[in-house]
Amino acid sequence: MGETGILAALPMNEFVFFINKGLLAGLIIGSVYALGAVGVTLIAGILRFSHFPHGDMMTAGAFFALILTAIFPTAGALIGLPTPFVLMPIAMAITALFAIGIDRVFYKPLRTANVKPIVIVMASIGVMLMMQGLIRLFGGTEARQMEAGSKDIYKIPFGGRDIILTEPQLLLILFTAAVVVALHFFLTRSRMGKAMRAMADNADLARISGISTDHVVRTTWVIAGSLAAAAGTLLALDVSLKPDLSFNALLPIFAAAIVGGIGKPFGAIAGGLLVGFTETLAVFNWSVLLRPLQPFMPEWLELPQKLAFVPTEYKIVIPFFILIAVLIWRPTGIFKGSLVK
Amino acid sequence: MSLLEMTDIHGGYGGANILNGVNISIEADEIGVIVGPNGAGKSTTLKALFGLLRVSQGSIVFNGGPITNFAPEKLVREGLSFVPQEFNVFPTMSVHENLEMGAYIRRDDFRHLLDQVYGFFPPLKDKRKQPAGELSGGQRQMVAIGRALMTEPRLLLLDEPTAGLSPLYMDEIFDRIIAINKSGVGILMVEQNARQALAIAHRGFVLATGRNRFTGTGAELVADPDVAKSFLGGGE
Repeated sequence: MGETGILAALPMNEFVFFINKGLLAGLIIGSVYALGAVGVTLIAGILRFSHFPHGDMMTAGAFFALILTAIFPTAGALIGLPTPFVLMPIAMAITALFAIGIDRVFYKPLRTANVKPIVIVMASIGVMLMMQGLIRLFGGTEARQMEAGSKDIYKIPFGGRDIILTEPQLLLILFTAAVVVALHFFLTRSRMGKAMRAMADNADLARISGISTDHVVRTTWVIAGSLAAAAGTLLALDVSLKPDLSFNALLPIFAAAIVGGIGKPFGAIAGGLLVGFTETLAVFNWSVLLRPLQPFMPEWLELPQKLAFVPTEYKIVIPFFILIAVLIWRPTGIFKGSLVK
Repeated sequence: MSLLEMTDIHGGYGGANILNGVNISIEADEIGVIVGPNGAGKSTTLKALFGLLRVSQGSIVFNGGPITNFAPEKLVREGLSFVPQEFNVFPTMSVHENLEMGAYIRRDDFRHLLDQVYGFFPPLKDKRKQPAGELSGGQRQMVAIGRALMTEPRLLLLDEPTAGLSPLYMDEIFDRIIAINKSGVGILMVEQNARQALAIAHRGFVLATGRNRFTGTGAELVADPDVAKSFLGGGE
């Protein structure tokens, strides 16, 4: 029974604490970043602009799910899952249509007029401010629970302690895994998926090959919009729905997309997880893990109560740091995407 | 009835016209070659034909129907196919996927066409899973031409297919162009290597300052002392 031997030798309390507060927390927030970054990287790769309203599109998607939950409050009870999650596909569809509508009204005329990319970026900042206003106008500024009542909690016994995961967190992780598989098949097997990659690779050649720009652009918004709605809804289920829910996630999401390489959906997922893990591990209190080693340390070395790379309030510097480091040392991202322009 | 008839084409990129009256005419199954000094409007002529540049005056008739200022997406369906000089592959996609993208407009089974392309360019068959961006210049050119053949075009437009290639690859590409033409595809190409290109051309067009200076069969143009002196560089 070598395994139990190793497990017994480990300081279990501290190790399980690390799994819960370090690894799982990183996986959870990383999944949200990953779902958001897929959209950002596809839009940047295919439409060639930075989609700043992406965070607010996530919040809007969560609001659509909240409204649907208010209309059909019992939908979840039918299959025993949280109602907002059950209604999420509808919220995703609405957000996708909303994203296509925004594109038609604001970005498409600019593309047709062949403006410089920076003009579209400015328009995207305008749309971001507009969406933030609209969300506060219709949704108010207070935080809301997506669903009344308490969340189901799963406890997995591990070495005498429990690994703890709430139902929304588990759904988020499973949903992200499903998205990774679905995206893989879509992008490598389907005609439209390959056309999207072709257009990200070389838009002029795609057009010359007879690939319809309109179809590809529409599909891009459907994927970006629906995944944004899913990310927003799942994040709001995990915490609560506030108007600035996902705007705060915007910088980590951009960092994830750039780390993964612009135009690379799998890079974006890896980047999202990387940023998520880095962020949680940077604010993790390493004293907890080091304390059991105290007897082996020299006496003069005293472990502080809290030992983290950055204090929790300054968490946002982590994606900033990753972003700047990648831009300086590896501007095409770790998976060789297009050069960040 | 010619396969392609471009009559008195004028056009440019918005500023002053680059084309000031170009005339090109190709029969089905022919190789046409456009040569001329830098800035003569050779590539611009191909772009005007393929809807990448606005034609302000003149008419283009292809296969009996007018196609002046048609969008590229539409021209592909009409049976034209264009290989740009640069950036003519999807670099992160495999050779095989590049060819599939060439067949994007097809809804039928195109496996026989893949085999045909691999037949024209045997080196590609071994590299079909490799990203096109990792291939050598000559092999990338093969992918680019192969992609354009996947629609089974009536007329294939090539913009300087041998630019930047080593002499060995240059011969290889010329050789393949002749083979493609023999399989029944009309060819209109722009070439810097004027003498070599005119040698395989049924028709040659010497352009200068956006209009035809000399037009004739490839052999006539190579033999013409005026053409030789002004456009082909010293004799060999």
